[in-house]
Amino acid sequence: MMLFRDMPIRKKMMRIIFLISGVVLLVTCITFFIYEFYAFRKTTLEKLSTIGKIIAANSTAALAFDNAEDATEILSALQTEPHIVAAGLYDEDGNLFSKYLSATTFIAFPVKPGEEGYYFVPSHLEGFQPVMVGKRKLGTLYLRSDLGAMYERLKLYGGIVALVIVLSFILAYMLSRVLQKSISKPILRLAETARMISDQKDFSVRAVKTGHDELGTLTDAFNNMLVQIQDQNQALNEFNYNLEQKVSDRTIQLESVNKALQAVNKELEAFSYSISHDLRAPLRGIIGFATMLEEDYSSQLDDEAKRITGVIKSNTLKMGHLIDDLLAFSRMGRQDIKKTIIPTTSIAKEVIEELLSENKNYHVKWIVHEMPDIKGDINAIRQVWINLVSNALKYSANKEQPQVEIGSREQEGGTVFYVKDNGVGFDEKYKDKLFRVFQRLHSVEEFEGTGVGLAIVEKIISKHGGKVWAEGEENKGACFYFSLPG
Amino acid sequence: MDSKIVEVLLVEDSSTDAELIIRELRKHNMSNNLVHLRNGEEALDFIFAIGKYAGVREVRDSPKVILLDIHMPKVNGIEVLEKIKSDPRTRSIPVVILTSSKENPDIKKCYELGVNSYIVKPVDFDGFTKAMKNLGLYWLLINQPPE
Repeated sequence: MMLFRDMPIRKKMMRIIFLISGVVLLVTCITFFIYEFYAFRKTTLEKLSTIGKIIAANSTAALAFDNAEDATEILSALQTEPHIVAAGLYDEDGNLFSKYLSATTFIAFPVKPGEEGYYFVPSHLEGFQPVMVGKRKLGTLYLRSDLGAMYERLKLYGGIVALVIVLSFILAYMLSRVLQKSISKPILRLAETARMISDQKDFSVRAVKTGHDELGTLTDAFNNMLVQIQDQNQALNEFNYNLEQKVSDRTIQLESVNKALQAVNKELEAFSYSISHDLRAPLRGIIGFATMLEEDYSSQLDDEAKRITGVIKSNTLKMGHLIDDLLAFSRMGRQDIKKTIIPTTSIAKEVIEELLSENKNYHVKWIVHEMPDIKGDINAIRQVWINLVSNALKYSANKEQPQVEIGSREQEGGTVFYVKDNGVGFDEKYKDKLFRVFQRLHSVEEFEGTGVGLAIVEKIISKHGGKVWAEGEENKGACFYFSLPG
Repeated sequence: MDSKIVEVLLVEDSSTDAELIIRELRKHNMSNNLVHLRNGEEALDFIFAIGKYAGVREVRDSPKVILLDIHMPKVNGIEVLEKIKSDPRTRSIPVVILTSSKENPDIKKCYELGVNSYIVKPVDFDGFTKAMKNLGLYWLLINQPPE
């Protein structure tokens, strides 16, 4: 069953109107009924008393002359009063002298007349009336009336009350149907408008005001709210539009910058190609013709001349390596990263094998810890290991017992790998220069190299979203770290 | 020209490189019938017997191998290669592309056009010597051209 608070407002109002009119009607009817009850009792009593007085007055002769027949005749006149069910005359001595019973009644008469007056007993009304002539009492009249008339009347009243209540309810229903609309209709219309707005998101709709009562105030407030929402929406839309405009402006700017960058990148590629091509050609000439000099004129060249051609050749070769390394570095910057799962430990071991096979003179003590597999571009990461491990070999080669340790440790967001050697190390204050192109902390006479290896490492790792750093101490060793995101 | 048969046609604009190449080939007796041309335009005239070579020689007297530099003025090596490989009369001539750099973005294109070999001229003279020697040996002595 539907709870009152969940009912539609129309039903609520109908219920309230019914309840109020019902209670009012009931209270009115009960009051009326009680009044009628007591009024009728009084009337019945008075009527019986009047009849008693008349009968008593008519009975004086019959009593005076002891004529029972007359008395009975007089009493039988009571037949016209159907509610008087019994009547009796007692003589001076209190003996029943004459009696009357209606057709349907059988009762026992009181043996002696009782106290003068009329009174109600539960089932009926009865009383005794002295029969007087002047001041002399000739006898007593007994009258008994059943309460049928009263009950009948009350029944009639009850019927009327019920009819009135029913009619009132019908009338109340019809009136309330019409009148509740004046309250519920604006509310329903307001609710309907609110629903429509929330469904269609059309804040330009307005609720129609039907009067200047509280509902009118509510409608005004509702409409005001809509105006505010509409204003805010408009402001928001404008803001959004401006924002989109800004975004698209910025996008266009970015696109043009991007295009410019791409052009620069292309130019750089062409540049690196032409460097490699055009710079190498003359180098080839220098080295080739120096060799021709050595070969074709060897008899005319003294030792110093041969040394000089040797220096020319070795420097030219070095220039060639520099160009190659620079190209490798620039190629690494342009290459895309293709990530797969890399078996780190086996890759590191492979790299060590390769480096050892290139130079059998190494007598290094290796410590290679188990390392976790990691996601990355396998060729690029292999290059990282090659560069770091070959560095470690190179810079520890002069030690009596060179030692290289490779391992890893987990950290938040990834893994840190390290390559540690006990070689010449470096001065910590220059560690920022380590990873820059062509930056070297040792002379070429001490250790050969072009200063590109660590720059390539830095470029690869930063392309993988990782970091590189190093710790070191002069003549104690160095440790190079790189992190890769897990 | 000593003979009608040209063994090696070298197309190279750098006289330095050309001298080094010829010297190496000569060392191994592979430069007897060598023609050196300095640009692609002349190479095409020679190969297809047109221009100043019209009537001087025949297309069918093709060289045993063509050594072709990529970077040349006027008509570059790629264009020459394309012409050679798209003509049925010259398609079977082995062509070796010579370049200074393996960075060359044209490598892929050369292979697509049907180049027979591709050689990076090393800066290192020993490496250069070795490359030239192998090149001459292979294309002049080992490789059997279609009759």
